[in-house]
Amino acid sequence: MAQKNRLTEGGRIDRSKPVNFTFNGHPLQGYAGDTLASALLANGIRVVARSFKYHRPRGIMAAGVEEANALVQLETGDRTLANQQATRIELYEGLSATSINCWPGPNFDLMAINSWFHRLMPAGFYYKTFMWPVAGWKFYEHFIRRAAGLGISPREADPDQYDQMNVHCDVLIVGGGPAGLAAALAAGRSGARVILADEQAQLGGQLLNERCEINGKPALDWVTTAETELADYPDVTILRRTTTFGYYDHNFAGLLETRTAKLTDGGEHTRQRLWHVRAKRVVLATGALERPLIFSDNDRPGVMLANAARSYLTRYGVKVGSRVVVFTNNDDAYRTAIALFEGGVKIACIIDTRSAPDGELPTAALALGIELVDNSTVTGVTGGRGIKSIEVMSLNANADGVTGVPRMIDCDVVASSGGWNPVIHLHSHSGGKAKFDEARGLFIAGETLQASVCIGAANGEFQLDGCLKQGFQAGKKAASLAGLKKSSRRKLPVAETIDETPARILWALPTTKPIGERGKHFLDLQHDVTVADVQLAARDGYKTDEHTKRYTTLGMATDQGKTGNIPGMAVLAQALGVENPGDVGTTTFRPPYTPVTLGAFAGRNVGVLTDPVRMTPMHHWHELSGCTWEDVGQWKRPWYYPQTGETMQDAVNRECLAARNAVAILDASTLGKIDIQGPDAAEFLNRIYTNAWSKLAVGKCRYGLMLREDGMIFDDGVTTRIGENHFLMTTTTGNAATVLGWLEEWLQTEWPDLKVYCNSVTEAWATLSLCGPRARDLLTEFTDDIDLSAEAFPFMALREGTVGGIAARIFRISFTGESSFEVNVPASYGLALWTQLMNAGEKYGITPYGTETMHVLRAEKGYIIVGQETDGTVMPQDLGMDWILSKTKDFLGRRSFARNDSMRADRKQLVGLLPLDKQTVLEEGGQIVAENSTARPLPMIGHVTSSYFSANLERPFALALVTDGRSRMGEQVYIPMKDRNIPAEITSPVFFDPEGERLNG
Amino acid sequence: MLLIPCPFCGKREETEFHHGGEAHIERPKDPDALSDEAWAEYLFMRTNPKGVFLERWVHLAGCRRWFNMARNTATNEILGSYKIGEKPPKGAR
Amino acid sequence: MVKSFLRQSPLAHLHLEARPLMAEALPAAGISISECAHTTQIAVRGQSSDPAFAQAVTTALGIALPTDACTASGAPERVHMLWMGPDEWLVVGPAKTDDRIGDKLEQALNKLHCAVVDVSESRTVVQICGANARSVLDKGCSIDLHPTVFSPGRVVNTVLARSHITLHQTAIDAKSGFPSYDIYVHRSFAEYLWSWLEDASREYGLQMNP
Repeated sequence: MAQKNRLTEGGRIDRSKPVNFTFNGHPLQGYAGDTLASALLANGIRVVARSFKYHRPRGIMAAGVEEANALVQLETGDRTLANQQATRIELYEGLSATSINCWPGPNFDLMAINSWFHRLMPAGFYYKTFMWPVAGWKFYEHFIRRAAGLGISPREADPDQYDQMNVHCDVLIVGGGPAGLAAALAAGRSGARVILADEQAQLGGQLLNERCEINGKPALDWVTTAETELADYPDVTILRRTTTFGYYDHNFAGLLETRTAKLTDGGEHTRQRLWHVRAKRVVLATGALERPLIFSDNDRPGVMLANAARSYLTRYGVKVGSRVVVFTNNDDAYRTAIALFEGGVKIACIIDTRSAPDGELPTAALALGIELVDNSTVTGVTGGRGIKSIEVMSLNANADGVTGVPRMIDCDVVASSGGWNPVIHLHSHSGGKAKFDEARGLFIAGETLQASVCIGAANGEFQLDGCLKQGFQAGKKAASLAGLKKSSRRKLPVAETIDETPARILWALPTTKPIGERGKHFLDLQHDVTVADVQLAARDGYKTDEHTKRYTTLGMATDQGKTGNIPGMAVLAQALGVENPGDVGTTTFRPPYTPVTLGAFAGRNVGVLTDPVRMTPMHHWHELSGCTWEDVGQWKRPWYYPQTGETMQDAVNRECLAARNAVAILDASTLGKIDIQGPDAAEFLNRIYTNAWSKLAVGKCRYGLMLREDGMIFDDGVTTRIGENHFLMTTTTGNAATVLGWLEEWLQTEWPDLKVYCNSVTEAWATLSLCGPRARDLLTEFTDDIDLSAEAFPFMALREGTVGGIAARIFRISFTGESSFEVNVPASYGLALWTQLMNAGEKYGITPYGTETMHVLRAEKGYIIVGQETDGTVMPQDLGMDWILSKTKDFLGRRSFARNDSMRADRKQLVGLLPLDKQTVLEEGGQIVAENSTARPLPMIGHVTSSYFSANLERPFALALVTDGRSRMGEQVYIPMKDRNIPAEITSPVFFDPEGERLNG
Repeated sequence: MLLIPCPFCGKREETEFHHGGEAHIERPKDPDALSDEAWAEYLFMRTNPKGVFLERWVHLAGCRRWFNMARNTATNEILGSYKIGEKPPKGAR
Repeated sequence: MVKSFLRQSPLAHLHLEARPLMAEALPAAGISISECAHTTQIAVRGQSSDPAFAQAVTTALGIALPTDACTASGAPERVHMLWMGPDEWLVVGPAKTDDRIGDKLEQALNKLHCAVVDVSESRTVVQICGANARSVLDKGCSIDLHPTVFSPGRVVNTVLARSHITLHQTAIDAKSGFPSYDIYVHRSFAEYLWSWLEDASREYGLQMNP
């Protein structure tokens, strides 16, 4: 394939390494060093995409991160990436890309019909059109998305690995252009820990696009020397292909490093790495972006930034066209004219909005014989899929209209320059303000909240020599402020300074008719927002850029308005009659600077590492037994242990019967355990729990309820007095850390005078809970130093001794209502003891049971579960637990019992529910009504909190919170479902062994 | 993300901490002596200033200590952190 | 009845000892990790401002109480003590030391307001060293581990990946300059953390030691 626009020599590409790729299915060839954009231009491809709203043909308009048109879908299948800028894709062998926003292809797009109806799609179109009815949005959204075409996200899982890295440094330098490199050298020489990050594969920044000199030699030689020097410093890290996408509080920055130049090179390698950088000082050498001139039909393929045309020639050896018009309001674009002319590109003319520019650069261009058309503007462009010619007219005296005779100039490219905008995005991310430099018509960084500084072009310094000087100064100062004072006496590099004459800032350029009536003046090419749209927004009453932005969608596309925002604000200011664009609000840039792959944020936290799986010491026994798991926080707990052919209900029934009739065993290791010691431990518990603890005997256990200060139940559990000043508290599984935090909070912040220490021992113990009539028989086989008889070892007592030869604590506490022994052994012996108990228990019919059976058994007894019967609005009185509220002491939450809301007569109270059909298991969360009616809605008097089928009761049952429930015993209520009302009877919440005889057995 | 100066461990990432709301809300010595309104004030009412705010943090993943910090809510500038029982740094009230 | 050899560390079922020793196969392995199971760990709480407390600890253990934040005292291969908070320390004894450290401490401290809690079973220790050990930790830990800031004897309670840990730099190799760290992780998180370390180490080459 011929690369018809490729120069035979020059550029920083490797002509000995051809690279094959396809674009929209066509096989093409470029060279190593190309971007997809430069290769497409080399192959003479002009139309690469269609615009978002009007589906107008679009060509490449930039050479870097500011590209708004050339978005492609890169690759297909599981690695496909949508909306990738062709200007940022490094070309690789086998690359495949397609245009987005068009069907069937960019040269013939059916949706281009939108362009004819553009009067029907003004600013705020979506807001104005799709407002009513609300339910219609589902339909509208489908239509809009299809029409808009946002690229395709992959349907398959991402096959690549992503990674994250946390680093600290003295100086983070963003941008590897001349200023950033100079700063890195200065900081590196001082011995600072430096990170230098640049979004491109090569350092040099704008130097890569220029033919300038440093120290009298090609500038890139200096870049190479600098890189070599930096590589020698062990504490300097250079990150290439790394975009600093966000800059946050306290000098925290997010960097995205792409580690495989070729998208399809993932697999074993980490494709991208997210760097979390915490820097003492930050130097922002982020350069500047050229802004386009805003003239009629400035979106036609062939209209591009002047610097882009220069970059394609100098860096990639590509002629962007055969007859180029350079259109400018400043001197810098003359560099493009000169570079192109010297590269053999025909320059049709230079159009300058200024009169008789006489700076060094214009003079040099004129000396080459290039024609200058001054005090003029482009008033029209012909050629929908590529410029054929332009119309040029002189500006009138106020520059708000045109005069004279239109002149047609044949050309295929308009390289336009409206001046440069310092890239202050990162400065803005971190809370920094922008200030408007009226003389030059640009925003520069104002006050910052961070320990940071903008330098070089990012600071409005556009002279190379100035950038180098600022860089060295800033690097040295940053290192010094970070505490590194070592200075270097090396000579600073120098570059020639070329004086530039002032630009003439005109925002929207006039045509023969009012703006909007002849062609379109595009501000935001990606979202198709025009000058007329912004003017309409101003007429609709929008007064600030932040509001206008949302109304018109200006700057809200994937390029975040890198070229359009500043002209857009200026147009708004003009429309509002505000002189200084800074006065309509300085736009706040927000992260990310460029899009970041979601995979990079996820990093390694995917698949099995998504979240920690917490395992008890017996975890792998459960796993081998084939249990089904329940997630309780990060813990895995056995839910039930199905045997072959069993349904969940079968398994739970079997487990429940075993627990009440034989012996069953539960892994309760996940319960929180807190060791509490100190002379004030009992007093501390008095304040934390609702009941009294001072008189609890050593070796005895007591159930306790914790409330928040608003009187609502927060946690519950059994606490045991191990010694005079020593308690062991248990908490619910889910609240273990929260309760310890709660205790520490009160001890440290309110009661520092209390002599108490709390230590978590949750993980130190394996807890094996045996219950059922044969539990004692089994355990007796395992201990010879503890008398397990009911007389010697009563309910709610602790004994210490050995079980199976292992030092153990046994608690006679029960959550099932059965006679139970909670055996605690050092965690590392848990599995061994569990296995032995299972073996020895076979003859008693030992059955492991999971959380579901535990829930059924406790509900049969009417025992609550915090988080199931309570939801943060339930007080002890609501559950009929007045018996646990001490009347003789203060405790957390007590005062709130006297609040109006606590005293309401119609609070919901805990009751039992028995479905009358004796078959239906009610749905947990089901609402309860008093009236058997098909009308909806009905007044709701409560809800079901727990509901199960009980094998012991041979019927379903439930617990519920019902308004004034305790006075409704025996009443019939209804639980309305989709197709029927289920009748149920209100009962006591205790369904099994109400006298509690079995506990003591 | 904030870089929080734990008075014990030094500067650490915000992810190691939990926020504990407004500082210097003392539990009334005798709750029964309070009117319902005064008790509700203690329970629920907090200030939400734009500017310097004295707030509680706990270094959950570190030394597990509670402490107070003066932070400007508009800029996230941290004027200083101080141990429970100590006075706020100068400039923070 | 339950034999002591049936005692299981939280990583025991991974059978790390049965994995091939890849030292020769991977001479360039940048990471070497192993589990150091069943060490003695005693949580000690007390007032560091009370000279009697510091003195009693020294008497019982023969090492000083580390009162500077984030430091350790004693030698890592013998009994040592880690600062966990302003009133909290972790006394660590190697796996084979006599388990009377707790008793000694309790005896020495019994007249003072303090707490001595045996938490040996709560955490296991993963040892990591090698050329890239710091990089692997950097992948999941926000602490600055640069040698100018973090050196042998430094201890932090922090987060690694999504797990709370205590990180103790035990040594730095005099010749290579490579650091060694002890990572204390709660036993329920141990398998998660081990998997994470294996995954994060992959790019550097991983060697597992028994």
